Amino acid sequence: MSFPWAKNYEPQLPLMKWLDERLPLPRLVYNAIGAGYPVPRNLNYFWNFGVLAGAALVIQIVTGIVLAMHYAANAGVAFNSVEHIMRDVNAGWFIRYAHMNGASMFFIVVYLHIFRGLFYGSYKAPREMVWLLGVVIFLLMMATAFMGYVLPWGQMSFWGAQVITGFFSAIPLVGEPVRQWLLGGFVPDNATLNRFFSLHYLLPFVIAGVIILHIWALHIPGSSNPTGIEVKDEQDTVPFHPYYTAKDGFGLGIFLVIFAVLTFFTPNLLGHPDNYIPANSLSTPAHIVPEWYFLPFYAILKAFTFNFLWIDAKLWGVIAMFASIAVLFFLPWLDSSPVKSSTYRPLYRIFFWILVVDVLVLGYCGMQPAEQPYVILSQIGAIYYFAHFLVILPIVSRIERPLPMPNSITEAVLAKHADTSSAATA
Amino acid sequence: MASETEAAAVIEDGVRRRDFINIAAVSFAGVGAVAVVLPLVNQMNPSADVLALSTTEIDISAIQPGQAIKSSWRKQPVFVRNLVAKEIAEAKAVPMGDLRDPETIDQRTKPGKENWLITLGVCTHLGCVPLGAAEGENRGDFGGYFCPCHGSHYDTAARIRKGPAPKNLVVPPYEFTSDTVVTIG
Repeated sequence: MSFPWAKNYEPQLPLMKWLDERLPLPRLVYNAIGAGYPVPRNLNYFWNFGVLAGAALVIQIVTGIVLAMHYAANAGVAFNSVEHIMRDVNAGWFIRYAHMNGASMFFIVVYLHIFRGLFYGSYKAPREMVWLLGVVIFLLMMATAFMGYVLPWGQMSFWGAQVITGFFSAIPLVGEPVRQWLLGGFVPDNATLNRFFSLHYLLPFVIAGVIILHIWALHIPGSSNPTGIEVKDEQDTVPFHPYYTAKDGFGLGIFLVIFAVLTFFTPNLLGHPDNYIPANSLSTPAHIVPEWYFLPFYAILKAFTFNFLWIDAKLWGVIAMFASIAVLFFLPWLDSSPVKSSTYRPLYRIFFWILVVDVLVLGYCGMQPAEQPYVILSQIGAIYYFAHFLVILPIVSRIERPLPMPNSITEAVLAKHADTSSAATA
Repeated sequence: MASETEAAAVIEDGVRRRDFINIAAVSFAGVGAVAVVLPLVNQMNPSADVLALSTTEIDISAIQPGQAIKSSWRKQPVFVRNLVAKEIAEAKAVPMGDLRDPETIDQRTKPGKENWLITLGVCTHLGCVPLGAAEGENRGDFGGYFCPCHGSHYDTAARIRKGPAPKNLVVPPYEFTSDTVVTIG
């Protein structure tokens, strides 16, 4: 599971020796995130985001368990119980704002983590399984976040539930029964709220389980690195602890500062004021928007305003939205270039940045009403998104001529070091 | 000893008697598992109290021509609209070929009461409540209803004309109990 030069766990205290012979849990931790896990020596700060995502999950679980002690999942009282948390429960406002903004922070770091993977080709062999499990985690996160957003039972909660469960009514023939099965009624109501609460509590632990698989799969080949060159010998690596526990610790500090600024100074910056109006099944808010982290996918959904072939616009939108995530499952095989890192891929690097801009444009369109020019803009954006993965990537990875690559991680690091030191002396 | 008896149990075609027991046992466990899963899946369906059919009576006497009201049936919004002659004529003038979900206004209203357009106020796209029932709201490009969520336009017979929605606004089951009262459900 690791490189042959990985340090061996040698318990010193008699108690730890006793424990190691019976339940080698400390050994597992030592080999996973301790000195027993050799990591490429050249990881940059973009490699912080996996640990930060883990920290965000822990924050969500801790604050969530506490909130569940005060929240009531009943359509009659849910909204007021959230206000009770905000006004009456000791430090309730802080815990709820931390949970709200914690979700946003979780998605911010996960998006950076995903784009890190895209830029440095972390999804390529032998790490395809790490990537696939990561996409599964992403899907679970989206389901969890959506159901969590419904719980306060405000206007956006209610209409978000109505619109998102409406996706399933697009399925031919069985769509409407499936939707009623999901909702437990004809419109989101008490049955819906209760089951969403139950699942919202369950799914984070499922995510934690898949994260364990994600890390397990990662530790078989070991971490990727910014050069994309695999580890060749001991001098290419340093032990995870203390080198990367320290680096991740620093990143965690920055993360917490930003998190604290959001939570304490602008707690509703990323939220929507309509969700402070109690749910009303007879009146849709003038302008429904999902939480920011769903906006690019929402724009793809809205991009289909016309029937095409024998499939109607509604089903196209839903198919396209799910396909925009499903396409990520095929990424390791769509990009056939053996070179991982964009540093050595002059052509791919350009398209990577265009994709980043495209996703941002889609996100912007997702925020806007369904009018021109946003409809046409999201149509172009959606087409480009799929073209990137299904057309551009396969072609680029065949025609691109990569830049010359160093022989090893150490060579790359020392060459960089020589550059900076000669520049400093000159 | 054991291998001898086992060898003796092998029938000529290579099937052992024990295979039957294995298949039977696993099949029985499978049937049991399905039997247990069924109620676990079915509990998610609308419960009896939700399903209990409710009817709603709406007094339409106060709705002036050109006006509409919003009521509710089974917690879903219902639009009752008193169409003016011009709106009926507009709806009739549309060729069937132009419609995504072809229905005439006669099919969507009761005979002799074609000025009363009664539909669910639930956009057939993703379920938002369209605008246009209340005074001064955006009625879209075709003078009927407009869904602000994803931009679906409905005409004066509440038929889908533009945007992502696949179907016309649903006409619920209803009847006129008197000239001024409608019973929905």
